[in-house]
Amino acid sequence: MSSALTAGSLQKTALHERHRQLGAKMTDFHGWDMPLYYTSILEEHQAVRQALGIFDVSHMGQVLVTGPDAQATLNRCLVSDLTQVGEGRACYTLMLNESAGILDDLIVYRIGAQDYLVIVNCGNRGSDVAWLQAHHEGRTTVTDISQGRSIVSVQGPLASRVLEQMLDAKVAGLARFGIAPVRHMGPEACIARTGYTGGDGFELFLPDAHAKRLWDAILSAAQPLGARPVGLGARDTLRVEAGLRLYGVDMDAATSPFEVGLEWTVAANKPDFIGRSALAHQRLQGLTRRFAGFELAQGPIPRAGTELSVEGRIVGAVTSGTFSPLLGKPLGMGYVEPACAAPGTTLTMTVRNQRYAATVVKLPFWKGQTKQPAIPNMERTPDAGS
Amino acid sequence: MQVPEELQYTKTHEWMRQDAGEAVVGITAHAQEELRDVVFVELPKVGKTVKQGEPAAVIESVKAAFDIYAPVSGTVSRVNEAVAKTPQLVNQDCYGAGWLFAVNPSAPAEVSSLLSAEAYAKQIQAETH
Repeated sequence: MSSALTAGSLQKTALHERHRQLGAKMTDFHGWDMPLYYTSILEEHQAVRQALGIFDVSHMGQVLVTGPDAQATLNRCLVSDLTQVGEGRACYTLMLNESAGILDDLIVYRIGAQDYLVIVNCGNRGSDVAWLQAHHEGRTTVTDISQGRSIVSVQGPLASRVLEQMLDAKVAGLARFGIAPVRHMGPEACIARTGYTGGDGFELFLPDAHAKRLWDAILSAAQPLGARPVGLGARDTLRVEAGLRLYGVDMDAATSPFEVGLEWTVAANKPDFIGRSALAHQRLQGLTRRFAGFELAQGPIPRAGTELSVEGRIVGAVTSGTFSPLLGKPLGMGYVEPACAAPGTTLTMTVRNQRYAATVVKLPFWKGQTKQPAIPNMERTPDAGS
Repeated sequence: MQVPEELQYTKTHEWMRQDAGEAVVGITAHAQEELRDVVFVELPKVGKTVKQGEPAAVIESVKAAFDIYAPVSGTVSRVNEAVAKTPQLVNQDCYGAGWLFAVNPSAPAEVSSLLSAEAYAKQIQAETH
């Protein structure tokens, strides 16, 4: 996240040169010049499901919230109960406005007794930091530390073994949603067992200086095992397959956590947080639309905005869709009338005047795997990133 | 980039092969390379009238949907059912098994507006540099 934004040009991550060298097709993602794919979205998708994929997601914002009242600040601004998140643990949560509209979805990592690392969507980085600062409690410092730092995401069934042999850090023993320091990469370098693919994987938050060496070390060690660099194209197909929502696409400030099916993130017993009373009101009112996943036996990819109907009546629209290489069929997600959101419901998706039958299914489409295939031992390279 | 000598081309990256009075149509190697990961092909119905330069089929890759334009006007005489079933044929063999549809041309003079292999190769070179 190093280079400065100059007029008309895109921001570049520390790994930008690597993406060009690897022949990536680049795309403008919220003002960042990011890899869309290196060779093929579908091949990169399969590499993540079967072996290992390495992603540069340094465009995402890294925000440090620290101080004696950091927990109180986050408990006020987020829907989850941060008193339940111990040191070295993390939670996926939402930030709401007063009317319970979703300002962002984010992961909060507790990296110390009074220190939290908050990873936010890149398009919301500025507004999230401003919101947290404006609503802080007591002695809390909110700092955008994105500049000069990278995020390397290593996802797939081989990720644990590969990183375990490469890093001087707790890896294989790290619990899902656990976070641990990576001491040889600087004071605030961390590895977390989180990701955006629905499968096992890790995210490394580290200074730019270590990003290239880590990237190269992982690729050279794991490429013989089927690992690939993975662009934003497959990041999207993977997250759809896993039923994971994307901010700005599947939800925004006009979306309630109930509608998008993320009410499980809300700590019902928490005395107060921004959006709480509006949420209580919404619960009484009931929903007018509900987020649902659906699949087609065959047909075109459901694209955002495509109408969904039942017996000729429009009941909703697509927000996300893809072709699942794992399931071999098109998948879609979107909002429909609550009565049409039950699994088994048949919807009609009309594309270019042709009608295609779509069946509502329970999300996620793909539930992940816990089994880790055996791989031969690799030479330990503890200095991979130093 | 492969640009077979015996075919004719459009600026919009379709190829056309004249074969016993029939015009067989597909997309070029350059086009399939740009689209990547083709996952769905929507072909015209046999008997449909198509007009030169107007959309006649649709190819969807994971990224987006792309219109495929008729290189010449006429009536659709055949479509490639295999490519509808296995869209990846477009990526695997765009000049062969990945052909899309065939047209009985209604205005043979239109062919003169198509590009030669040499002219098309120059165009894609200009686009990519």
